Amino acid sequence: MRRSSAALATGAALALVLASCAPSADDGGDDSTDDTSATAELPEIDCAAYDEFGDLDGTSVSVYTSIVEPEQKTQEDSYQPFEDCTGVTVEYEGSREFEAQLLVRLKAGSAPDIAYLPQPGLLKTIVTDTDAAVAAPDAVAANVDTYFSESWKGYGSVDGTFYAAPLGANMKSFVWYSPTMFADAGYEVPTTWDDMIALSDQIVADGSMPWCAGIGSGDATGWPATDWVEDVVLRSAGPEVYDQWYTHEIPFNDPQIVEALDDVADILKNPDYVNAGLGGVDSIATTEWDSAGAPILDGNCWMHRAANFYQTQWPAGTDVSEDGDVFAFYLPAMTEGEKPILGGGEFVTAFSDRPEVQAFQTYLSSADWANVKAVTTPDGGWVSANNGLDTDNLATEFDKLSAEILADPESVIRFDASDLMPGEVGTGTFWSEMVKFFSEDKSSQEVADAIEASWPQS
Amino acid sequence: MDWLLHANTTTEKLVLMVVAILLFVVVMGVVLFAVDRPKNPPKGLVIGAFLGPSVLLLAFGLVYPGLRTIYTSFFDRTGSEYIGFDNYVRAFTQDSFQLVLRNTALWVVCVPLVATFLGLLYAVLVDRTRFEKIAKGLIFLPMAISMVGAGIIWKFVYEFKPNQQGIQQTGLLNQLLVWVGFEPQQFLLTQPMNTFFLIAVMIWIQTGFAMTILSAAIKAIPDDIVEAAQLDGLRGVGMFRYITVPSIRPALVVVVTTIAMGTLKVFDIVRTMTGGNFGTSVVANEFYTQSFRQNNAGLGAALAVILFVFVIPLVVYNIRQLRITEEIR
Repeated sequence: MRRSSAALATGAALALVLASCAPSADDGGDDSTDDTSATAELPEIDCAAYDEFGDLDGTSVSVYTSIVEPEQKTQEDSYQPFEDCTGVTVEYEGSREFEAQLLVRLKAGSAPDIAYLPQPGLLKTIVTDTDAAVAAPDAVAANVDTYFSESWKGYGSVDGTFYAAPLGANMKSFVWYSPTMFADAGYEVPTTWDDMIALSDQIVADGSMPWCAGIGSGDATGWPATDWVEDVVLRSAGPEVYDQWYTHEIPFNDPQIVEALDDVADILKNPDYVNAGLGGVDSIATTEWDSAGAPILDGNCWMHRAANFYQTQWPAGTDVSEDGDVFAFYLPAMTEGEKPILGGGEFVTAFSDRPEVQAFQTYLSSADWANVKAVTTPDGGWVSANNGLDTDNLATEFDKLSAEILADPESVIRFDASDLMPGEVGTGTFWSEMVKFFSEDKSSQEVADAIEASWPQS
Repeated sequence: MDWLLHANTTTEKLVLMVVAILLFVVVMGVVLFAVDRPKNPPKGLVIGAFLGPSVLLLAFGLVYPGLRTIYTSFFDRTGSEYIGFDNYVRAFTQDSFQLVLRNTALWVVCVPLVATFLGLLYAVLVDRTRFEKIAKGLIFLPMAISMVGAGIIWKFVYEFKPNQQGIQQTGLLNQLLVWVGFEPQQFLLTQPMNTFFLIAVMIWIQTGFAMTILSAAIKAIPDDIVEAAQLDGLRGVGMFRYITVPSIRPALVVVVTTIAMGTLKVFDIVRTMTGGNFGTSVVANEFYTQSFRQNNAGLGAALAVILFVFVIPLVVYNIRQLRITEEIR
């Protein structure tokens, strides 16, 4: 008798352990949907657009994405009008391990209905390696033709087939600075690259460190440095070379690219310029990107190149405005006439062609959604390349600036090259070699050669 | 009964948990009861009832994936083209992977030896002292911390900030250095020392394990042997060298091999602390990176197989030693 009760106890203990693991698998986020009605008044949307998909009441669409809290809530809130219109339930699942897990799920045959891919390169991998992705329906293609520029449609296409409509957009060519500090010191916002270097020298001469930088980002360490390189290639070599570069029509170690790396090194590997408050040049490799700009607030450095989404990284209470604690200026081009822009964004890819999935895709690619999303993001930090987006709906002055630059006809927008390159390079050696660029002081030529050597043969 | 499949609220989830536990208890109870039921059950039935489910689960959850991994390792990145031993050749010849193999070798040599040595030293020193329990508890505590948790803790300890005006040190170790008058160091950045700073974390965790097992083994040395040795004039180091160590030799081997096995597959510490950057990657971390981040299934599988092959002799030796220890008792 004693033995069997011991066995029962062990069994119960085991079951406790097992059961405690089980329910956590589906904590989708239902708790946050209740309070959506409390948020600001949402713009009216046209429900008739979804009639063509038939009666969708009671169906559901699963969404898998790398967008997690706190942005997750603003995403979920923005689906409310669509859910009200059609009766479809959107099941949202955000994961920090999204990129790795999505492919696992696709291979295992448990694909989500929709995934937001942050990299066109990943879309290409999925289309060529699996046959899971479903081409976008006509309604989505029509929306994208209306609301997005040609290039954005191109990034969502593979081999001429259009798969994925853009969702949010990032505007990466920004330099964060402190307007109040600039005003006190009598500095002007630079408008050309040479001005910016001259300003940096001026700051050094005045006894301070101009730049702060950090490229640490967990196991994605290195990506902020690739943004630097891309921005400079776009400026020093031009958009045509940029296109040849990421499509591998010219090798990675082409002299023009090596030159761009040297230009980056002139700023980031110059011990007089970096890395105020964070250590020497090699500390760039270990400093987390999200805290790297913070020394601006302490007056330890003056400029930090980071994308528009860096806005959300400033501590609460920071005044982000044109004459506040921090703001950003456009990373200058070589001459004043040009305006190359480095962009990024997510793409809505479907793995199912059920009518409710297509209806949801259509909603996400519409101007309606862009405006609803702008309203449901009261703290800012979100923009879209959708030209149906009314900038008045954007929450902050800074978001409006980003949206204006993205929509500016003068702008020459190019997508983040590392996101377009094959995975082994784009999220592999390009990242790791840029880390070595700083941590081991590898030369521009060595870095470029090593990345070129890793470019897949086929 | 929709909530059974789609539990949404906390209450539903709790109820679901209780139901799951009850279900498990009932099934286990039925199995135990049924097997015990016949007066003299045929041996085959008992073996089948107890072993059958485990064998099935093992076959499905361990043997099949294992074979499948070996199979995949002979194919290219998408698993479509047979490329023979190319993945293995790459893993053993390319510079970046040789570094990974070297690091793994460093880990497997350093962690078991140092952790066991420290554990043994500690066990002997605190043995039969007044504060033995507290002292042992202190060393054993890190065992309760997950590798990821330990990684995060030590990342803070190693945190680097330059020594200049207006900067607060946040890393414990660098603050100590600054107090003593040295320059703060980039512990996790400088090769090859950074690997040793990571290894220190694993040693910190494993020393408690070594100490516990070895302490038990030391206490199991028969008193008459110790007394006889004392009569023969053995004291201190001599006692340790000629009585303690030989008596607990099998336990020592088990501890060393067990830690070595755990160290071979170390992943969490490296991934949390450096992400494999700065030349600190190890085989398990590289396997994950290749398989899931770079989407190179073939190379990832080859690395997993290499790890598997390295572990086998350790497991065999470990089990044989374990048997010997049991025979002695």
